[in-house]
Amino acid sequence: MPVTRRTAVALATAITAAFIALASPAAHAQPKAGGELKIALSYDSSSLDPHFAATAGNITVSSHFFDCLVHVSPEGKYVAGLAVDWRAIDPTTWEIKLRQGVKFHDGSEMTAEDVQFSLERPAKIVNSPGPFTSYTKSITSIQVVDRHTLRLKTAEPYGPLPGDLSSIFIVSKKAAAHATTEDFNSGKAMVGTGAYVFSSYKRGDSIAMTKNPNHWGQKSVWDKVVIRFVTADAARVAALLAGDVDLIEGVPPSDMPRLKGDARLQVQQRTTWRTLFLHLNHGASDSAAVFTAKGGGPLGKNPLKDVRVREALSKGLNRQALVQAALEGFGVPAAQIVAPGIVGYNPALKPETYDVGGARKLLAEAGYPDGFGITLVVPNNRYIKDEQVGQTVGQLWSRIGVQVKLETMPMATYVPKMKAGEFGAALLGWGTMGADFGMRTLLCTIDPAKGWGTWNWGKYSNKAVDDLVHAAFQSIDPAKRDANAREAMTLALKDYAVLPTHYQLASWAMKKGLTYPGRLDEFTFANFVKPE
Amino acid sequence: MSMSTYLLSRAGQGVMLIAVMSLLVFLGLFAIGNPVDMFVNPQADQAEIARTTAALGLDKPLWEQYGHFVGKALHGDLGQSFVHGASALHLIVERWPATLELALVAITIAVILGIPLGLWAGLRPDSLAGRFIMGGSIVGFSLPTFWVGLMLIMVFSVQLQWLPASGRGAVEIVLGVQTSLGSLDGWRHVLLPALNLALFKLSLIVRLTRSGTREALTQDYVRFARAKGLTERRIVGVHVLKNVLVPIVTVIGMEFGSLLAFSVVTETIFAWPGMGKLLIDSITQLDRPVVVAYLMFVAVLYVAINFLADLAYSLLDPRVRLGGTAQ
Repeated sequence: MPVTRRTAVALATAITAAFIALASPAAHAQPKAGGELKIALSYDSSSLDPHFAATAGNITVSSHFFDCLVHVSPEGKYVAGLAVDWRAIDPTTWEIKLRQGVKFHDGSEMTAEDVQFSLERPAKIVNSPGPFTSYTKSITSIQVVDRHTLRLKTAEPYGPLPGDLSSIFIVSKKAAAHATTEDFNSGKAMVGTGAYVFSSYKRGDSIAMTKNPNHWGQKSVWDKVVIRFVTADAARVAALLAGDVDLIEGVPPSDMPRLKGDARLQVQQRTTWRTLFLHLNHGASDSAAVFTAKGGGPLGKNPLKDVRVREALSKGLNRQALVQAALEGFGVPAAQIVAPGIVGYNPALKPETYDVGGARKLLAEAGYPDGFGITLVVPNNRYIKDEQVGQTVGQLWSRIGVQVKLETMPMATYVPKMKAGEFGAALLGWGTMGADFGMRTLLCTIDPAKGWGTWNWGKYSNKAVDDLVHAAFQSIDPAKRDANAREAMTLALKDYAVLPTHYQLASWAMKKGLTYPGRLDEFTFANFVKPE
Repeated sequence: MSMSTYLLSRAGQGVMLIAVMSLLVFLGLFAIGNPVDMFVNPQADQAEIARTTAALGLDKPLWEQYGHFVGKALHGDLGQSFVHGASALHLIVERWPATLELALVAITIAVILGIPLGLWAGLRPDSLAGRFIMGGSIVGFSLPTFWVGLMLIMVFSVQLQWLPASGRGAVEIVLGVQTSLGSLDGWRHVLLPALNLALFKLSLIVRLTRSGTREALTQDYVRFARAKGLTERRIVGVHVLKNVLVPIVTVIGMEFGSLLAFSVVTETIFAWPGMGKLLIDSITQLDRPVVVAYLMFVAVLYVAINFLADLAYSLLDPRVRLGGTAQ
């Protein structure tokens, strides 16, 4: 059948030719100052409206176009942003001095009016799935003193206000007053003071921007920046290896050796504010099914109510082995709820010494010479090697006689069940700019009227801790706040309210010739990426 | 059965299907729990969580939420995405051109390569090429999509650096249609993911064509045609091919539907900004309106494609009467 054969050959030739024509070696070129920088983020952005939802992806994107009154340095310190000075002139009044001569992208001047508008705006966004009101709710009134001065009133003394101000992006009142979410997504309302000016946005794919030559702070070394949203780990790594992008965040541990060994690339790692700990169900009833006696029958008691049991569980955690075996080195043993450098961190607290004998002794004293069984639940798609962490904890605890029934599930299933108190113990990670913030949500007595204990599903309650956290919030003096927060956390940890396990290492990988110092808060900002 | 009765019954079935499916998906997602916990600011207090829950209508009992959804759906509004705050249908339709484009390129590759290769293997089953084709189709059948995708990336993007590893090329409007295929850059981006998607379908088409061809060759009409002295070209190109095509068209229709609806794995690996990626992202974030709207969209799509396949079928084979047995 000559015809068929001829057709087949022709077809094959045509397809091969087309393939070769399309395939041209892509340049694995290094980005040069003044050129274009391409970044792949591990998060997606749900909206460009900087007050729509407080998610990692949205905050990363907004930070390129908008500034806040207070900025956070890569090391996690508060530094001057659009405000050059902030101080409490009385216990419930903060005076904010604005930077003068700052221009929005449309050329208009940034004034106190814009700031007032921006601080009031989060409360007006009705359909936000993650409102920014958490950072504005303590402000009861805003007074514009002059073009560059504002006074913020709070209902009661509130020390962490400057921290809250580092989370609210300042938008142009003129551009945003009547803007809808769509106006931001189309770029029409994307008028900020930030280091980059909006060029284009493809939802779920990428956002492109150009350098703001009039930026008040450090100007970008890149004329153009493209941020792509590549949520799949493998795709992000491939994009870097193929030279499609210059820098990626969230390097999966399994790919790290390969990237480290690639002469065209380099990696950056640092510990971050995200602390992982085992939350314990203090509040479970004595008949809860999450506790079993040796052999599987009901235990008839909630063993976690006994501090000796909690201490034993902590002593049974070989944190060094955990970060080496389960995390493949992507973690550092932790002794507390916040990372070094954060308000309330206590340098005197060291990770609990691994002590099987001591743990068994404590369990025997508490009336569990044969140990007991407990349900431990960990997410399987949220933290670095989360599933392996759960397995390792299970093995470690079995050595002290505690039999772990491990369950793993996706975060979407995990969170509602956890909040319903269905677990015995659970792995949770938390990144926060203050121990008082973290404790208020995680460990303080549940009190909807005050808004405390939202994530305290284990129902821990300790009046002394509550009082110290409250005192920390009321401390206008940063040193006092730090001391109160430190004392509150130390007290809770001495009571083994939760069992901190490790800090995660965040990692970035980039083409050789680029540097990124990494950030304590894990964010990736183009402005901090520099040529060597 | 007349054409209009046929259409009506088809539409009725479609509506039923969509109603049942929306209820099932709704129930399933409701059972997981309050999605607000997933996306609310971790620092939010109880009042903020309650406010957000109420703003999204999630404080109502299930039947009321579903009733509300149905009421709006009847007016063409499938609800607002929790995560994006935009119309769920709009989000899907926005991604639709990217997926359609990818699926079209993939199915074209599968058909253009699959039918000739299958014919060849069917006409010359014992030749080296024929065996090679069949061997290849088994490989294409059995390798998992995500693995093939990663291998394609490793070879063509990372090692050879010929083609980009991910993303879609620049989008422009060509003849009123949003496409990235108007430029060379667009084609460079689409080639690997389309090839990855096409591989399984290609193997399927090769195998169907081959067995169809082999069967047709033994049929009387082919033997008569041979005896009549028709050219081989006419025998294969008209008589064999036309008969082989009938089942293939059905399969292509169904497979095209699945390409459009569930190219999730490929879109994720290649970071292709299509509907599949939207679905996965929405599921992990419990963005119920988008998941429900997506699956309804897909159901409509399937009904439409099957209907078109039925039509194509009746054109290819005049004995087939729509909606009933041959009279």
